[in-house]
Amino acid sequence: MFHRLPVPDGETVSFTIDGTPAEARVGDTVAAALLVNGVPHCRTTPVSGSPRGPYCMMGVCFDCLVTIDGVGNRQACQERVAPGMRVATQMGSRELDR
Amino acid sequence: MTASPMTSQKPADLVVIGAGPAGLAAAALAAGHGIRTLLLDEQPAPGGQIYRGVTRTPIGDPRVLGPDYRRGQDLVAAFESSGAKRVVGASVWSLTRDAEAGLEIGYSVAGAGTLIQAPRVILATGAMERPFPIPGWTLPGVMGAGAAQTLLKTSALVPDGPLVLAGTGPLLWLLAVQYVRAGVSIGAILDTTPRANWRAALPHMAGFVRSSYAIKGLKQLREARSKVRVISQVTGLRALGSDRIEAVAFRRGDGAEERMPAATLLLHQGVIPNPNLASAAGCAQDWNPDQLCWMPRTDVWNASTVDGVWIAGDGAGIGGAIAAEHQGRLAAVAALSAMGVLDGAGQDREAAPIRKALAGATRGRRFLDALYRPADQFRVPEDDTLVCRCEEVTAGQLREAVRLGCTGPNQTKTFLRCGMGPCQGRLCGTTVTELIAAERRVPASEVGHYRLRPPIKPITLAELAAVSKDDIPAVAAER
Amino acid sequence: MSGTSEQDVIVVGGGLIGIASALGLRQLGLSVLLLDEGDVAHRAARGNFGLVWLQSKGGGSGDYVRWTRRSIDHWPDFSRELTELTGIDLGYRRPGGYHLCLSDTEFASRSALVDRIAPNQPDDAKTVMLDAAEVRRRIDGVGEGVVGASYNELDGDCNSLALFRALHEGFNRLGGRYKPSVRVDAVERDGGAYRVRTGEDSFGASKVVFAAGLGLNRFAGQVGMPEIVRPQRGQIIVTERLRPFLSMVFSQIRQLPNGTVLIGDTKEDAGFDNGTTSIIMRELAERAVKTLPHLANVNIVRAWGALRVLTHDGLPCYEEAPDWPGVFFATSHSAVTLAPGHAREFARWVAFGEAPPDLLGFSSARFRAAA
Repeated sequence: MFHRLPVPDGETVSFTIDGTPAEARVGDTVAAALLVNGVPHCRTTPVSGSPRGPYCMMGVCFDCLVTIDGVGNRQACQERVAPGMRVATQMGSRELDR
Repeated sequence: MTASPMTSQKPADLVVIGAGPAGLAAAALAAGHGIRTLLLDEQPAPGGQIYRGVTRTPIGDPRVLGPDYRRGQDLVAAFESSGAKRVVGASVWSLTRDAEAGLEIGYSVAGAGTLIQAPRVILATGAMERPFPIPGWTLPGVMGAGAAQTLLKTSALVPDGPLVLAGTGPLLWLLAVQYVRAGVSIGAILDTTPRANWRAALPHMAGFVRSSYAIKGLKQLREARSKVRVISQVTGLRALGSDRIEAVAFRRGDGAEERMPAATLLLHQGVIPNPNLASAAGCAQDWNPDQLCWMPRTDVWNASTVDGVWIAGDGAGIGGAIAAEHQGRLAAVAALSAMGVLDGAGQDREAAPIRKALAGATRGRRFLDALYRPADQFRVPEDDTLVCRCEEVTAGQLREAVRLGCTGPNQTKTFLRCGMGPCQGRLCGTTVTELIAAERRVPASEVGHYRLRPPIKPITLAELAAVSKDDIPAVAAER
Repeated sequence: MSGTSEQDVIVVGGGLIGIASALGLRQLGLSVLLLDEGDVAHRAARGNFGLVWLQSKGGGSGDYVRWTRRSIDHWPDFSRELTELTGIDLGYRRPGGYHLCLSDTEFASRSALVDRIAPNQPDDAKTVMLDAAEVRRRIDGVGEGVVGASYNELDGDCNSLALFRALHEGFNRLGGRYKPSVRVDAVERDGGAYRVRTGEDSFGASKVVFAAGLGLNRFAGQVGMPEIVRPQRGQIIVTERLRPFLSMVFSQIRQLPNGTVLIGDTKEDAGFDNGTTSIIMRELAERAVKTLPHLANVNIVRAWGALRVLTHDGLPCYEEAPDWPGVFFATSHSAVTLAPGHAREFARWVAFGEAPPDLLGFSSARFRAAA
């Protein structure tokens, strides 16, 4: 996965991934936060159920879709981690009301 | 911008979309002439992709990202002192031209949609990495090299080993050098540049050696090659693994098959214009046989075929960051002239030094295009490779549709759902065009491209519905 | 291959009517050449909503209701047969269909329509009006804004893109010849048969079927028939894939087996402009959220506009050209619902001259009278 280079101390932010507490650096996108926390994949596809992770990191590929604070199919590379944010990996299609 | 109902308003005389080098330079120039200028950008901080995070990167050591990256700081500073307004985190989902209402832009900030009238628009929506369809390219752990560079710039994140870089093009070598300087261990660089490219590039060598790329590029190549195992003329590349990438297999230039472990594979074979907004706005596009991509048709002032819309920077054809700046300025000068702020003579006077600088910045580009032209096999993959990542359509299925009589990407889309997923064809459009062209044995220009329509970014139904009720005719069909 | 190609029938137009007719003709053993335009033609077949629908039909024509009803009766068997031939699932289902009304005015106008067409509706499947309480009892999650609905148990839907592809695939498997990217210029007499001229080529056949959608007027003029069709734009929104939540079919919202939700469509006179407009997209979105508030947070993935092929009275048109025996014209804006009718009954008419009696009233003569 990914690790962080030794950089001047930044502020950290606490959030959860699938209910497990995790930490990121302020300014990290959700996708970056998932990668540095060793999450193997963000979701499985609605078509074949195959696993996917971040690919383009610029909002064009839609492979890093996750559920953020209860709302499904959010682009993890386009959202910043916020304190207390609840990030959940997704299985297949999004559910209504999620 | 808080959640407010959509209103249609005219907040600026010129709207620039995208805060990369082209957009920043265009907005700064226009605002400098006293024009009410609004810059809409998707990211929270200016810089675009090339200067992503330039104002707030956590990387302390300037050697890692290099001096070119810091050029972005000057652009941002010039923009910020220009008086142009900026909306950050603005996802633009539509640009339309109505005969009566003129140009209208739809964008959202934090889930609230807005429609604005925009008398004139400069699109500076930049580039994206060219799709690199190989077997296994959808496995987690396979990413774009540009994507990995974004993680480096914005979050100082680098891959754990074993790490493999594969492909061709300047960005691949730049990333390798950045990693080397940051102390990241690279297992190998698999160079997919075909040997024949050198021959094709040679006639353009003279322009290249006089360009700013030459010394810089060669230095990077040397630095990377001295620290990392580089394997040349790689073909037959595939990512292997079940739930994640575990290994990379490929054929070396000498014909031998090789396989090496990989936890991360970073792919790159150049960049192409990010086509969706211009295309959905109705800007005509042409196939560029040298850069192997669709390009919006623009004139010498970077005007598109849609009245009042200019396109500058890599979104108008790949020229690099410096050329993008100058194109942005050129488009801004043309827009000022269209607004009557500059007369014909003033327009030419302002443009003259910009054109000169632009010519300098694009010198050497043809050499790079020829040298780093991606190999056919990595643009038009074999049957079992996924082309459409969203709807999981393979090259073989596309070929079958062509055999059934599909002549272009819109019919294959209808038959296979290829390009109908959330990425709206961004990651398959170029491949589909080239694949159909190869199968039909006709030029790509004859095959055509996806017909795109707004919204080109995700927008919820509630967001779209939150609108004032004025002038909405009842048009729902009775069934 | 210029000038020498011969077949029993040439079908002009590869949309849903052309390909269904071509497949039907092939199934009857005729040799068929299908001539079609290219990738960017105006294609209603790529833009339709996919309903297999009866409930609103019958205004002014009992024949149209009978024709629609017969086609719907063909659907289950037709769908099975096509799937067996091609392996493609058409997603046909007939759970009953609702047209939801979002205001008292809409409800009143729908009731009036239902009353007006009632005499023409089938006795065993009349369209009925349901009040708000009944709609809520039957359908979970409908919004407060829904004041009632009309309902017909024969209504359903299919995956119209799968239908389109399966018809092409089936035609191909049965040895039909398909020639895309062709612009047909003219049809000419050639002894007792006909020649269809394209740019450089011409193709001979004893029969020609024009199923050319919005291109029909051009050919109608050539054989002395009046103008038949005009464009009407429809816009549709498609959402991201969602887990199945909607098993009923609404006239303006339906969930496909692949999980996407189609929201549509509209009726606008926009000439030949098949673009989308933000004002109409907003109306569609607003109606969708009002109908099913749970859709509020759902992302739109695509939107499109397409041109419906409409006659002046909204009814279909079928005709063997009066002075050109063997030259047929066919158009209808319900090409999904009527696909089995075209493949089975219309094809028999072309092949053997056996016109279904209720189609004889749909000639273009009615437009001549009006003009």
